[in-house]
Amino acid sequence: MKVVVCIKQVPDTKGGVQFNPDGTLNRAAMLAIMNPDDKAGLEAALRLKDQYGAEVTVLTMGLPKATDVLREAIAMGADKAVLVTDRVLGGADTWATSTTIAGALRNLEYDLIITGRQAIDGDTAQVGPQIAEHLGLPVISYAQDIKVEGNKVIVQRQYDDRYHILECQMPCLITALAELNDPRYMTPGGIFDSFQAEITTWGRADLKDVEDGNLGLNGSPTKIAKASDKVRKGAGEKVTPDSPDEAVSYIIGKLDEKHVI
Amino acid sequence: MDFTLSKEHDMVRTLFKDFAEKEVKPLAQEIDEQHRFPRETVDKMAKYGFMGIPVPKEYGGQGCDTLAYAMCVEELSKVCGTTGVIVSAHTSLCVDPILTFGTEEQKQKYVVPLAKGEKLGAFGLTEPGAGTDAQGQQTKAVLDGDEWVLNGSKCFITNGKEADVYVIFAVTGKVEKRGRIMKEISAFIVEKGTPGFTFGTKENKMGICGSSTYELIFTDCRIPKENLLGQQGKGFNIAMHTLDGGRIGIASQALGLAEGALETTIAYVKERKQFGKAIGQFQNTQFQLADMATKVEAAKMLVYKAARKKDEYKANPKVSYSVEAAMAKLCAAEVAMEVTTKCVQLHGGYGYIKEYDVERMMRDAKITEIYEGTSEVQRMVISAALLK
Repeated sequence: MKVVVCIKQVPDTKGGVQFNPDGTLNRAAMLAIMNPDDKAGLEAALRLKDQYGAEVTVLTMGLPKATDVLREAIAMGADKAVLVTDRVLGGADTWATSTTIAGALRNLEYDLIITGRQAIDGDTAQVGPQIAEHLGLPVISYAQDIKVEGNKVIVQRQYDDRYHILECQMPCLITALAELNDPRYMTPGGIFDSFQAEITTWGRADLKDVEDGNLGLNGSPTKIAKASDKVRKGAGEKVTPDSPDEAVSYIIGKLDEKHVI
Repeated sequence: MDFTLSKEHDMVRTLFKDFAEKEVKPLAQEIDEQHRFPRETVDKMAKYGFMGIPVPKEYGGQGCDTLAYAMCVEELSKVCGTTGVIVSAHTSLCVDPILTFGTEEQKQKYVVPLAKGEKLGAFGLTEPGAGTDAQGQQTKAVLDGDEWVLNGSKCFITNGKEADVYVIFAVTGKVEKRGRIMKEISAFIVEKGTPGFTFGTKENKMGICGSSTYELIFTDCRIPKENLLGQQGKGFNIAMHTLDGGRIGIASQALGLAEGALETTIAYVKERKQFGKAIGQFQNTQFQLADMATKVEAAKMLVYKAARKKDEYKANPKVSYSVEAAMAKLCAAEVAMEVTTKCVQLHGGYGYIKEYDVERMMRDAKITEIYEGTSEVQRMVISAALLK
């Protein structure tokens, strides 16, 4: 059984978010960590390795510095690591990112692809399902439990007030929640070994069946008009109308004033 | 001369720190108060390979260097001195001598499960009448057919009742050295559960209260002939060699305690207000912090240098790290005692209350000036090398 886990290096938002003067994230000022949902996905894959002897490959797209999370994954027990890095891939939105990763995955053998639900720096939850779409695979998102039986997976998909149990033939793609498990620690020996391990590095030329127009900043339909820190909301206005009719006309007046209606 | 840590060492430090914060710190106060051995932590450390860090992979270890091991003990001790010494005594005092002096059979039989953390190790040299004067041993071992018969007792043994494998020293005869009759000392591997091997008093200690410190009693305890460790009569050398390595572990423990107390105190003086401002804004506090941080950094350099020197020894057995280990332990232990005491003082009355970590750290620090060679013994080792 072959499992590929897509992981992302993200800024650690635990100690607060730092911005550049232009409103973009100041990544250099923040610690970089493996995205928590992705780490849970990796742990799920490593448990499949423990149980069934699955071969686990980790794949990331990013700057060369992203090898840090690949080494961390190896130190936790992953077998192989692939870094996709190229200047032309920079500035990618979710569409261009999923196109790139799908292009890399076409070079790999897999029964199961696991991604995190979403990354803490973007919170879109789009890349995983988009990859599945590019590759023509079924996708099960928000996995809180994963089991394998023969050539199918049985997944609990989390909802707000319930969960669904889904069965799916492999190959397929699962997006994992951080709540899926408690990821294991690295081992000291694993860390030392990770610096001896070969990390496969691919660029644009290695991506299979992708068009330039779908890559990098130019291939990103998303345009960011403005980025800003969360604006603290004011206390608001508290009114105590005398009757329901008065309340309705007050609300209608406010909506009209803000051109909502 | 390069003072920059390698990426590997940066990353293992992150691992040890993360583990210590999440798994060790939450238990530190409880195990101290209840004098309880943290078996659950040892099991977790075993799972992640912490019990065999500097042991080659072919013997079940992690294949890392001495510096990585020292950093592990340091980070654990930053939050819990007990957990630090459990790893140190196991690794330096039991695994290391068997790995260094054991036969291939002994390494396979004992080092492999010890390094994997399936078994815990301990070391028995000290006796009621033989502390610094290791020659004062009374425990005897007599060869009877295919078995050695041990009689005597050992005291203050770390990991005492919790260990599975013990490296024990005993008198096996007399030899003449430079015209003087001396005791011939040999080392043995003894397994828990061997008939005639029992436990005496559990020590009620000032600090490292979660560590299991017991008296070991041997009454006609028969062990197989092949459990002699190294050559007969070489026990004293094995003990001294082992303690050289052990001192790097204890120096790391002391360093961690000093760093932990200092970190806790820096956070405290930023919060604690007196006379309308944080006490960290008073120059007295600032100068004390500066002095402590400088001494801690100096101790760290000595500890890391000793660890590096031990790695050089592993590559070339002609290299000696005895003096470096003694200097590291002497300095780190005295810095730990000084820093933890000052940290209690900076906490004022709260520092004397058990809810505050510095109270425990100060009690834990004291033993680092005593065990595995007192500070006075370290001065003897260092000065002997100077006057050679």
